[in-house]
Amino acid sequence: MRVIAEGRGPMLQPPDVNAFREWNRRKPKGLVDKRMSEGEAIRRFVHDGDYIGTELYGSVRAPMSLVRELIRQGRKGLRVAGQSVLEIDLLLGASMVTATDFTYIGLELYGVSNVLRREVDSGNLAQIVEWSNAGLAWRFKAAAMGVPFLPMRSMLGTDTFNYSAAKVVECPFTGDPIGLVPALILDAGLIHVHRADKYGNAQIDGISGFAYEMSRACRRLLLSTEQIVDTEVIRAKPDRTIIPYYLVDAVVEAPFGSHPGEMCYDYERDEPAIKEWVEASKTVEGTHAYLDRYVYGLAGHDAYLELIGKQRLAELQAMVPGRGHE
Amino acid sequence: MSEPGYNPSELLICSAARLMADNTTAFVGTGIPMLAAALAQKMHAPNLMTIFEFGGTGAILDDLPIAVGGRRTFHRALAAAGICDVIEAAQRGFVEYGFLGGAQIDPYGNLNSTVIGDHDHPKVRLPGSGGANDVGSQCWQTIAIMRHDRQRFVEKVDFVTTPGYLTGPGAREAAGLPPGTGPFRVVTNLAILGYHPETKRMQLVATQPGISLQQVQEATGFVLEAAGSVSENPEPSAEELHILREQVDREHFYI
Repeated sequence: MRVIAEGRGPMLQPPDVNAFREWNRRKPKGLVDKRMSEGEAIRRFVHDGDYIGTELYGSVRAPMSLVRELIRQGRKGLRVAGQSVLEIDLLLGASMVTATDFTYIGLELYGVSNVLRREVDSGNLAQIVEWSNAGLAWRFKAAAMGVPFLPMRSMLGTDTFNYSAAKVVECPFTGDPIGLVPALILDAGLIHVHRADKYGNAQIDGISGFAYEMSRACRRLLLSTEQIVDTEVIRAKPDRTIIPYYLVDAVVEAPFGSHPGEMCYDYERDEPAIKEWVEASKTVEGTHAYLDRYVYGLAGHDAYLELIGKQRLAELQAMVPGRGHE
Repeated sequence: MSEPGYNPSELLICSAARLMADNTTAFVGTGIPMLAAALAQKMHAPNLMTIFEFGGTGAILDDLPIAVGGRRTFHRALAAAGICDVIEAAQRGFVEYGFLGGAQIDPYGNLNSTVIGDHDHPKVRLPGSGGANDVGSQCWQTIAIMRHDRQRFVEKVDFVTTPGYLTGPGAREAAGLPPGTGPFRVVTNLAILGYHPETKRMQLVATQPGISLQQVQEATGFVLEAAGSVSENPEPSAEELHILREQVDREHFYI
């Protein structure tokens, strides 16, 4: 294939699909109980310099309890798949990210990310490689397929392409220009789900975001789950399994694990709590104070839930349409 | 002259809603497009098929979505899939309209939501493409919704996040973007704009109520193409404003 154009961005994580196969070959294929604390999961499976990803994003089904534990333990020089609201924002606030394949980091209706601006200005976040949302999702899809790239028709002709690590080639079948995105294989992926069994067979309610693709693009996959269910629940409706056990390395029980974000059908987003981060993150001091209060100063997720309070959590459940209004 | 009975956001929302046709598929992003889609569903377009980038398809927007992946984006929807499914549907030609915003727009409808200034040493780092580039690449027609001033309407955007007509006629096709796609309208607080069929540069379609042609040109950092006829966009109606305030954004997230 003739290469017509190349983005100038660096390849932060090479699409080595053969190494990925070898890695996956060594993963246990038996049914192993993978339940553990968030502390153990992060300690064992996320290391300095790792390339990590999170799913879905920030205020929706995000692995917030795992992210908070990652910050609590501290890791240096993380590279991240930059599709996020609060979760990567917290990591940026803790100055733990040095490079990102970037599509969106912002605060949605509350605007631009304050910590992103500061980390870019200070040079801590030294490398930003641009992609579109689908471009990044298709990179996971390529990894999920076990192939080094996928063709796509997004990003073409733009600076988003020019500052990516994508390529444009002459299609060997039609002769037209077509974009190629490289597979993105994560060192560690963090996904929060509605329910999983102790082996890691997982179900998600509502939209699936990019969980299907990303879960299959991870060397190590850490699941947090609202509840752990008996494997018979999984076997009764196997069509509902979006993440099969063999992908998974850790299963962490984390009720309200997406707080202050929402979990569809279970609890609504905690708007004042989200605004608290939006306000706090406007200054360095505020950011540190927030992290002290909600992360560093707490032993773990149980202590976090205690701080938020049972009553508030029950209110968020009752706000779900059809629940709690009897 | 009396003050209008609506604010600029309400004018933008009502103007955008009128462009959302019944029984069409439309990508809806955060903010004003969500409000406009909800208003359109309650006015003239009950079967406006909203598509949200993380997988919600055909939602009924009883409650205003706050996040593009939130449960309100698939409230009583027809499908709750994932990002690949919906963007691939657009890539196959199923999505008619896409609604976009940005910090800057140029005469060819190219949009910037990535950086102000140099990419590697920006004056302002913005949230990035998200799904915007995909929407601008894959939908048949895109509609940008913007505040209108010379900082936003510029001859050259600092960074082309999302493709408009790129450098002019034929440029999208030459880059490999799907033929026959591109920007359709720009809705602002001063005007409704379109694109000249040959030059692909921006031109006036209508002015907003009480706004002169000269005011629109003065707020634009490039010369607008001469248009055949320019109409005046009707003011938001009492019914539109009532539904917008009392039903669409009753929690007052946006207006």
